Amino acid sequence: MTEAPDTNRENANRDAEMTASAVEDWFVREVLPLEAALMQFLQHNWRNKADITDLRQDVYTQVFDAAQKTIPDNTRAFVFQTARNLLINRLKREHIVPIEAVADVEALNAAIEAPGPERTTIARDELRRLQAALDRLPPRAREAVVLGRIEGLSGRQIAARMGITEQAVSHHLITGVRALVNEVFGEDRKRPQ
Amino acid sequence: MNDASDIEFKAADWLQRRQFWNWSDEDQAALDAWLAEASAHRVAFLRLKAGYAQTERLVALRSTKPERAPRTRTRWFQAVAALAAIGVIGAAATFYLAKPQPITYATQVGGRQTITLADGTRIELNTDTLLKLNKTSAKRSVTLVKGEAYFQVQHDAARPFVVETAGHTVTDLGTKFTVHTEQGRIEVRLVEGEARLDAVDTAKPQPSMLLKPGDVAVATANSMSVKRESMSRLSDDLGWRRGLIVFHDTTLAAAADKLNRYNTNKLVIDAGAARLKINGTFRADDAQTFAQMARDVFGLRITATADNTRLSR
Repeated sequence: MTEAPDTNRENANRDAEMTASAVEDWFVREVLPLEAALMQFLQHNWRNKADITDLRQDVYTQVFDAAQKTIPDNTRAFVFQTARNLLINRLKREHIVPIEAVADVEALNAAIEAPGPERTTIARDELRRLQAALDRLPPRAREAVVLGRIEGLSGRQIAARMGITEQAVSHHLITGVRALVNEVFGEDRKRPQ
Repeated sequence: MNDASDIEFKAADWLQRRQFWNWSDEDQAALDAWLAEASAHRVAFLRLKAGYAQTERLVALRSTKPERAPRTRTRWFQAVAALAAIGVIGAAATFYLAKPQPITYATQVGGRQTITLADGTRIELNTDTLLKLNKTSAKRSVTLVKGEAYFQVQHDAARPFVVETAGHTVTDLGTKFTVHTEQGRIEVRLVEGEARLDAVDTAKPQPSMLLKPGDVAVATANSMSVKRESMSRLSDDLGWRRGLIVFHDTTLAAAADKLNRYNTNKLVIDAGAARLKINGTFRADDAQTFAQMARDVFGLRITATADNTRLSR
């Protein structure tokens, strides 16, 4: 899939466009594959699990914005440094977490530097993980994704086949896409099968 | 500020709209505007778009002839109706016979049949199965000679329903269950209600075993054991009723054994590949797709002949 040119920046010259797409390429190629490790890091170091998706999104946004100026040399270190700073700032701001929690986070440099084995077996495991994620979906969402993604039907055809409204199809597809993408980037990998 | 999860929902909505519905220039402009609103939007959309592209591999699961699916289903329903009628006529006919012969139902490798008895009991035969209806007055009795069947019994305390197989009996106490018998080893899976498992002609008498939903009992001539499975796992075990087999961390060797029950062209897994593990849902009658997938996922080689399909490193 090619990204449509960004028509919303009125002053976008050719260089700026190239930079934007270079940052996006970098983000997809180097940042997203770190997601499993990043989620693990966030989960280990943040007690309120309900915040994790928020935190991940904040890390991504900050990293993405920073890269608009300069794409960092060491993506992994940069991402985890951003995550670490974000956690520390939140802890300080919220004043509700015991001091040891901050110490825990500050002790994490070693973990940050260690290269993760998490992407090495990805191709081999990908299909079985995707299938497992598919199997875990609610039955209707699963059916919609199977018909759309696997059998190649359009939304309208899925609605006809399943005998439900187009709006319901959209809803199931949203659920399905989110769950599958979580699986692709590995955050659900640790869930018990 | 918007919750990350709301943004992700919105981004997923854009993605599915672009992917599965009519997509106009206006739609694209609206998406571009949304993306330009905040980096958080752009990042969420990028992530979903890149992740979704990586699910391409799932297309390998595409059924070979998707357009025929509804017709197959229709034929299947007709077949069920016809079999149900045969079951009723058969049961009625034997009622008038002085010395009734057992009625026999059989499926071929890869076949499946549903029988509805006169009392409303439903029996679904899996691949390569032989079942006899024994006519006795005191109880309703069937013999599972080989293979596997799912029983949905109309309970009648006065006339218990009994499945006899490999020296054991399973007695319905208001039940849905399956029985699988293979070379003297039987497995009983209790879906609903209760059933009792008894060994009838083993050398050492065994106590009865009362089975509850989720129980999977395994019995041989001289042993009986039971474990509890989650209902979702149990429902996976019953995938064959829809023509599907579900694997959970199953070795290729074990998966091949399962698929081989349904196919005449047998999968052979070389020792080097036998212990690789696979997850997923496969069509029971389509070992070829399974083989191709194993080849792609594990980088194996396929050597096919008329009788078998060999997977090796």
